[in-house]
Amino acid sequence: MANELAISVSGLKKTYTSKANGSKDAVAGIDLDVSRGEIFAILGPNGAGKTTTVEILEGYRDRDGGEVKVLGQDPAKLGRDSWAWRNRIGIVLQSTNDAQDLSVSETIKHFANYYSNPRDPESVIRDVGLDEKKNARIDTLSGGQRRRLDVALGIIGNPEILFLDEPTTGFDPEARRAFWELIRNLRDEGTTILLTTHYLDEAEALADRVAVIVDGKIVEVSTPENLGGRNTAKARISWLENGQRQEIESDFPAAEVTKLISKFGGEVPELTVIRPSLEDIYLKMIGQP
Amino acid sequence: MRPGIIKVGFLRGGLEIKQFMRQRESVVFTLLFPIMLLFIFGSVFKGDLAPGVTFSQYFVAGMIASGLVNTGFQQLAIMIPIERDFGTLKRLRGTPVSPISYFIGKAILVFVAMVVQVGALMGFGAALFGLDLPNTTERWLRFGWLILLGSICATILGIAFSAVPKNGRGASAVVSPIVIILQFFSGVFFVFTTLPQWMQQFAALFPLKWLTQGMRSVFLPESFAAEEVAKSWEIPQIAIVLLIWTVVGTVLALKTFRWSDK
Repeated sequence: MANELAISVSGLKKTYTSKANGSKDAVAGIDLDVSRGEIFAILGPNGAGKTTTVEILEGYRDRDGGEVKVLGQDPAKLGRDSWAWRNRIGIVLQSTNDAQDLSVSETIKHFANYYSNPRDPESVIRDVGLDEKKNARIDTLSGGQRRRLDVALGIIGNPEILFLDEPTTGFDPEARRAFWELIRNLRDEGTTILLTTHYLDEAEALADRVAVIVDGKIVEVSTPENLGGRNTAKARISWLENGQRQEIESDFPAAEVTKLISKFGGEVPELTVIRPSLEDIYLKMIGQP
Repeated sequence: MRPGIIKVGFLRGGLEIKQFMRQRESVVFTLLFPIMLLFIFGSVFKGDLAPGVTFSQYFVAGMIASGLVNTGFQQLAIMIPIERDFGTLKRLRGTPVSPISYFIGKAILVFVAMVVQVGALMGFGAALFGLDLPNTTERWLRFGWLILLGSICATILGIAFSAVPKNGRGASAVVSPIVIILQFFSGVFFVFTTLPQWMQQFAALFPLKWLTQGMRSVFLPESFAAEEVAKSWEIPQIAIVLLIWTVVGTVLALKTFRWSDK
């Protein structure tokens, strides 16, 4: 295919006007390119414009400015072929509460009928780890199980792009690991994944690239390892000397530690060497101390 | 290849029925409410309206017609805003499903619920209130198309009206009074010809009056046609009014139907 970009966005703008607050730019000029087969995470605090951006890409919302192409088409100008475009995308919304009276497998099998080339419902149920719950009514599922059902419904159509809006909210740690594995497998099969999250570890574990959004603007796009210059940031070395905590920052922590070892003639009391965590970097980026 | 719009519509109909059957309260209420009303009115108003025409007989025609309005129009105009609140419609919007398939699914739900409701009402009426069932093939056939066309008309108007309530919580308060007033104006609870003329003329603008009249032509003796306002059952007019409302409803539904509250 000539167009290797799954998603391309330039100058995206969306303004909300309300009587109480006047007009507010929810999205204030965003540029974004997502390649095919990539897991791309949008990270940002609540109200930063993540969901608005994603819902414009999904075709749910109009925009006030900018260019958007998803699978080569403008989601705001789909016209009569909208089904063909929706046939190629999968959407996992933030929170839903529907179809309570149906069972897991009834719902998934039914949704398979909507698509021209669906996945096998049985294997989707297995992939999302709902095998044991497949005959359970949806209103008896836990929050995490319900979310996995949402994901199952998002991937049943065998989409080329999967949109995930805060997918692991309410998961226990084990379920999250299993879920991440599922998402990586989808990527390995060639699915492009656009993920919004406010979990840093999720972005770090999953994403090939991360965009940080603050106040409707992208602050940085990078790999998780390089975000905010994290890879080249100075390491912080601290130790105890004469009952006082000492701390220095250095680009060459190993050399500093070697010096300390010779100074102390062996073990350095309470020695730590820290590189800034993704969280430190992120909090700095969104303007939190 | 796109999965067929009509085929998906029928699959949705099956799913809607399954969901409906599993909400036991609503099933029981839908079936029992008309029977309870028939019981109350049948107990209060004894005596004949005309030779061989009991009030119960007259009332059953009105109950079946307003059953269409309750099950189709009222139920959907309340249920669809709730489905919007729950995200059911937003999720569907993100799939290749056509709104037409969604509409067809609703119409199937309404039609099946109506057939069950009418069966229960007629069985109960015949067993306990001496209700006379339609006695000719022609009347049964007319009964059939009235239920079918009435279901479709009520469904599409319910979908069109679902754009009016802002959310599921307020829907019932917006929809129910309209239905109750229409029932009083359309000769469901009272004999239509005894209503003031302005009320009759107002009711004639809406489908319920015509559905009720059509049902009377099925359940009352032929001689009673002379007691109608036009001295006739006006069968062609009934069909025309229902078709016009169905077309108007479809245009409105396609224009105003919202998948979400934004």
